[in-house]
Amino acid sequence: MMSDDELRRKVVEVLAAEFELDPAALVPAATLYDDLDLDSLDAVDMVVVLEKTFGFKLSDEEQLRSIRTMDDLFNFLIELKAKQA
Amino acid sequence: MSMNRVVITGRGAVSPYGLGVQQLLEGVWQGRSAVKVMEAWRQISGMKSLLAAPVPPFDAKNKLPRARRRSMGPVALYATLAAQEAAADAGLSEAFLAGGEVGAVIGSTTGSPEALAALYGHYLLDNSIEAIKAGEFFKIMGHSCSANVCMTLGITGEQWAPTSACTSAAQALGLGYLLVQSGRQQAMLCGGADETHASVTGVFDVVRAASCRNETPGATPSPFDLKRDGVVCGAGSGILVLESLDSARQRGARIYGEICGFGHVNDSEHIAHPHSSSMARAMVRAMAEAGVSSADIDYVNAHATGTEQGDRAEAQAIAQAVHGSVAVSSLKGHFGHTLGAAGGLETIVLLEMLLRQEIVPTLHLEDIDPDCHCVDLVQHLRPRAIKTVIKNNFALGGVNAAFIIRRVEDDV
Repeated sequence: MMSDDELRRKVVEVLAAEFELDPAALVPAATLYDDLDLDSLDAVDMVVVLEKTFGFKLSDEEQLRSIRTMDDLFNFLIELKAKQA
Repeated sequence: MSMNRVVITGRGAVSPYGLGVQQLLEGVWQGRSAVKVMEAWRQISGMKSLLAAPVPPFDAKNKLPRARRRSMGPVALYATLAAQEAAADAGLSEAFLAGGEVGAVIGSTTGSPEALAALYGHYLLDNSIEAIKAGEFFKIMGHSCSANVCMTLGITGEQWAPTSACTSAAQALGLGYLLVQSGRQQAMLCGGADETHASVTGVFDVVRAASCRNETPGATPSPFDLKRDGVVCGAGSGILVLESLDSARQRGARIYGEICGFGHVNDSEHIAHPHSSSMARAMVRAMAEAGVSSADIDYVNAHATGTEQGDRAEAQAIAQAVHGSVAVSSLKGHFGHTLGAAGGLETIVLLEMLLRQEIVPTLHLEDIDPDCHCVDLVQHLRPRAIKTVIKNNFALGGVNAAFIIRRVEDDV
């Protein structure tokens, strides 16, 4: 199973590629909407690429909506990963 | 209420010759064919025509930010790049574009066929809408071109999207002309776009109207020629800035020409067959609106796509509506039938003919079909004083459109 750090690195890699962002900008404190300039349509695509990457569903809409920063996203995914184990 | 005179002040093109009006004009004046064999189409069962005039590949990442591109298939991308060039060429400022007095009317046959195929491929084969990205719908909707152009250029006026296959751009020019003429808008970005896709050429293949001379891509299509065997589909976008003469004068804009008549009729005869007398009726109505007589027409830029029925019907319609000694040529031999873009791209070239005072011949026209020989078919680049011209475009579904375009002298 991938470590938490590996998961973070993978998230940065796929989101940087998907949204054509500098990976260095995807720091834990970066906010998705303001700092990274993503919007609601991008949020849909983010779920699509993360589900494809990790092979599990991101179906908790309420929790998804509460994600503000990259760190929130990392923690959300780390929690989901643990549940898959 | 007095009507505005409508002039053309900007041109933008993405064509089978590449990006930009310059590329288009160079290709045409050099007499180069932009037709290629699409090797991947050999794998498609039943596909007899392997020919197309696609837009050469380019890296869109350098052209537009991701947030704009995510809602664009190739068709909207072409329209947006052409619209940017047209707006810059006309010198339309950001403030003017955003002020509500400028609109966009840009059509295409459909939204992006590439995106349609991907979306329905997934939906139908997998019975699933999972993993469909958020931008996909915006690539396939009927007004994908005009919507993306307005978003990218910051246009806040009227947005329209005629979707009438091969007359999409012609209808867009017609609608833009009416909107500017009536004073609803000061300027309109008008035109159309389409992209290369096997399903598009396949439509013509199915009805036996596609050229199948796969061994000699550089010699087809050949409108008005005895050896012609059908259409070759092209891709791209042609956008023109239509503007009231007052607005253009006020801004000190360069004026490429004036649209002074628009004939637009349905033949109500057959969903696919061309109808000569309806073509003639469109031209007659355009001349009447422009207040010109057939003797004033110096040249007709034909729709002629390289089908036997269409070329003959149009040549005979021109002879009937104008006269038998009028000079006629088609640009389809150069860069194929660009479908929804045709009226835009071909008008751009026509405006250049008015500027240069030269008539571009029909490429590959060697052996004139006797049934088309009722007009003066131009076979070589011809220097000629041309002032008042007709631009024709016709579409499946009975649409017949004709414009009168006039060279504007300094004394307007």
